[in-house]
Amino acid sequence: MQYKSQAVAKPYFIAAIGLFVAQILFGLILGLQYVIGDFLFPAIPFNVARMVHTNALIVWLLMGFMGGAYYMIPEEAETELASPKLAIATFWIFLVAAALTVVGYLTVPYATLAEMTGNNLLETMGREFLEQPLPTKVGIVIVALAFLFNITLTVLKGKKTSISIVLLLGLWGLAVFFLFSFYNPVNVVLDKFFWWWTVHLWVEGVWELILGAFLAFVLIKTTGVDREVIEKWLYVIVTLTLITGIIGTGHHYFWIGTPEYWQWWGSIFSALEPIPFFAMTVFAFNMVNRRRREHPNKAAVLWALGTGVMAFLGAGIWGFLHTLAPVNYYTHGTQITAAHGHMSFYGAYVMVNLTMISYAMPILRGRAANSNKSQVMEMWSFWLMTVSIVFITLFLTAAGILQVWLQRASDTPLPFMVAQDKIALFYWMREWTGVAFLVGLLIYVASFFVGGKEEQSA
Amino acid sequence: MSGAFTKSMARNIFYGGTVFFFLLFLALSFDTHSQLPKRDMRANITPQIAEGKKLWEVNDCIGCHTLMGEGAYFAPELGNVVARYGDEGVKAFIKSRPKEGIPGRRSMPQFNFTDEQLDAIVAFLRHVNSINDANWPPNVQG
Repeated sequence: MQYKSQAVAKPYFIAAIGLFVAQILFGLILGLQYVIGDFLFPAIPFNVARMVHTNALIVWLLMGFMGGAYYMIPEEAETELASPKLAIATFWIFLVAAALTVVGYLTVPYATLAEMTGNNLLETMGREFLEQPLPTKVGIVIVALAFLFNITLTVLKGKKTSISIVLLLGLWGLAVFFLFSFYNPVNVVLDKFFWWWTVHLWVEGVWELILGAFLAFVLIKTTGVDREVIEKWLYVIVTLTLITGIIGTGHHYFWIGTPEYWQWWGSIFSALEPIPFFAMTVFAFNMVNRRRREHPNKAAVLWALGTGVMAFLGAGIWGFLHTLAPVNYYTHGTQITAAHGHMSFYGAYVMVNLTMISYAMPILRGRAANSNKSQVMEMWSFWLMTVSIVFITLFLTAAGILQVWLQRASDTPLPFMVAQDKIALFYWMREWTGVAFLVGLLIYVASFFVGGKEEQSA
Repeated sequence: MSGAFTKSMARNIFYGGTVFFFLLFLALSFDTHSQLPKRDMRANITPQIAEGKKLWEVNDCIGCHTLMGEGAYFAPELGNVVARYGDEGVKAFIKSRPKEGIPGRRSMPQFNFTDEQLDAIVAFLRHVNSINDANWPPNVQG
């Protein structure tokens, strides 16, 4: 560790992994509820488990982004973090807020939670992914501002590299677009229109800047390729991301009451969205092939390569699969959407966070890389989780195609639940694959506790 | 990626391209806003519909159902549910959910709505059904 203050990243990474485990456990509950409808009903209804599943994901990814930024910004800026104390304080605020929110979801009916937490003052709850009570949303803003203040100040007093600038743009964008979660007009079309300014402009916009910056940082460190080359690639990738992804928002404006011209804008631009992900894959492989050093942390390099490939498959290919308006007319809001959601979140944001954690965590624990034994375990977990998510995606895609066939494209369309019963086999296969994913995740966690001290060399 | 194409050129294209496409997005959004009143039926929104939307939100209906295709995929689309079952059918369904669920089946919770609340929910769903959403969904099953 070059700078003492980088150590603040550690609790963020640990909490992120903890929430990741919680996310997957609730995912398994949801998967089971798909086939055993009354599982845990009425104690934990589907919608409650889903809120925990998706909100835990969002929070742990944000924890990972913050931890990653706290780790890399001092090294990029070549100076200590402006305020390590503030970083630790905001960590605890964030963690406690997240924990209280989950306790709220699980212990009181959602309507009661809304009543208790002042939803009547400003109605923001009950919209997908933005279910958090008002105090939690305000807490997220406060934590984000304190975090941005901290890292922006660090960059300002130190060296301003292109990677830092791209990361800062991504993180500031994240905070700015979150503000749309406070806007909830009574007109449901407007509500949906601006809901996407948070949701789409996060995951298909500014988050990709964070992703690119993380990947570029880890590749510089592990391959020793010239910074000028890597930063040039980074600019090309984020350019492609934003010129396709911003207008690509239009693929959400096909069927929600917005004008029909969005079918053209959305189809054309989002059809181009795989290009930046393809560039990212080529970038990662190219840099590793041109490496000037053999970094002892093989696991981190594997995660970096995996991020490129899986983000391209999940976000790029599986996104393209249903993004053209004439196709989307039939697939909109089916298991095809769920299939894409699972592989794209895993491939892009889960994997880039695990790349950063894999690279930084051994250094935070006082070694360049983990022991061979530990890395082998970590690589096993990489393959188990990645292959599992591929199969989860394939099974959900199969379920989705059948759902479209039975319920949407048929001359005699079946009611929703009748179609669901007919495709239950694929939900069972998804659930068992989910168990394999959990095994992979447990191996991942275990790899942190294995043979830590035996190889200190680098 | 070598030779004449430098990092500063890449950076300039990044800033220029981002600003251009963001402004284009704002222009399209602005145009959308001028067209929306004809499509989103905002003139018909009554306090009852607003109350229905609030009930929709504070009971997290989107956590299981989709509305105009957006939400969770565990339970049926509700943007056109009034066309599928009629106002009274929808109310009767919500009212008759068993508290402990239906053994082995996906079950909707019993929310214990009052008659006024049920009217508001149905008014909201009827309003959503009236929005011009380019003829989605493809058929009445949603």
